[in-house]
Amino acid sequence: MLKYANPTNFLTLAAKLLPWLGAATAALFAFGLYLGFFVAPADAVQGEIFRIMYIHVPAAWLAMLGYVAMAGSALGTLVWRHPLADVAQKAAAPLGAAFTFVCLVTGSLWGKPTWGTWWVWDPRLTSVLVLFIMYLGLIALWQTIEDPGRAARAAAILTLVGIVNIPIIKFSVDWNSLHQGESVFRAGGSTIYPTMLWPLLVMAVAFTLLFVTLLIMSMRNEILRRRVRRLSLLAADLAR
Amino acid sequence: MTRKGRRLALIGSAVGLMALAVGLILFALKDNIVFFYAPAELAEKGVQPGTRLRIGGLVKQGTVERAPGKPISFTVTDNVKDVAVTYDGLLPDLFREGQGVVVEGVLETKDTFRADSVLAKHDETYMPREVADALKKQGLWRGGTAQNGPPTTQSQGSP
Repeated sequence: MLKYANPTNFLTLAAKLLPWLGAATAALFAFGLYLGFFVAPADAVQGEIFRIMYIHVPAAWLAMLGYVAMAGSALGTLVWRHPLADVAQKAAAPLGAAFTFVCLVTGSLWGKPTWGTWWVWDPRLTSVLVLFIMYLGLIALWQTIEDPGRAARAAAILTLVGIVNIPIIKFSVDWNSLHQGESVFRAGGSTIYPTMLWPLLVMAVAFTLLFVTLLIMSMRNEILRRRVRRLSLLAADLAR
Repeated sequence: MTRKGRRLALIGSAVGLMALAVGLILFALKDNIVFFYAPAELAEKGVQPGTRLRIGGLVKQGTVERAPGKPISFTVTDNVKDVAVTYDGLLPDLFREGQGVVVEGVLETKDTFRADSVLAKHDETYMPREVADALKKQGLWRGGTAQNGPPTTQSQGSP
């Protein structure tokens, strides 16, 4: 396993895995969307609009999972000083931001017809907006610091500071919020009827695979970008 | 302890301290960052008439009155206390008796409220219509049209 923590071995592994991951992601997305939009029955209270859940909920899970993965890489950067952890951290930030954005937009589209508003400053909505801003801040920080090693350490510290937001997001619906409570990961089992739940789980796996695929692609690009940078620095030295 | 172990312990304790600090701040600000009050909390917290705030609860069965030319009126309850609400505007589709609602506006007296926005709150259960109908037949249905159903939302009552 540790063998693949070496950037060159990682590139070899990525080249082997990516076609399979890509195909599996596409197949699961097609299957999950078909189940969610054509097979699952309409909700008794909300009718057809509830189907936006099949995009909104997996996007929200991945927005948080992406942050946890990024925080894990931040530990890898700070504790083990591993260059691949730096790369994973940098690659995860824009992906997490994109998933958070999808979550916020689909949530807003769902909120208007059901709650009657596009946006409220409810604890859940606000804490997810904070997550989005954290991601944007991290992307900005990566862009600001020229040296990749220093950028990685600064970003790692900021990432670990931001981790307190994750339990806040999770528990925000237990305070007085307009957003309904947790449906799936709760004591006493899911409150989603089984025929509506399992399309959601398929979509969750599809979103996770999409995240992993994009992360590996993005890490590969970042490793190559760093090599180009090193070579051009070397070339500039030689030219002098 | 190795250098890696030291770094891990340092980061661990820093994150732990920060979590504690944020936890304490949230605990201290609990009353200020609350999104809405339940009707019973109005008296508890001594909210004065004239205050602008949000109230959340269930729309009490049989209290919705719509008369032409007059504001809509209904009662919001948390099964402990009731607040009479008047509202002049469009209601969201999910607004119905027995369902959760969050109203924003001004407290006029200690149990009447003039709302300028009404938001419907829905609960975290999802089921097909046939299942809901079957539950209604057995008298187990908790939302929509049940008589004196228990609260469908978790966040009623005290936070």
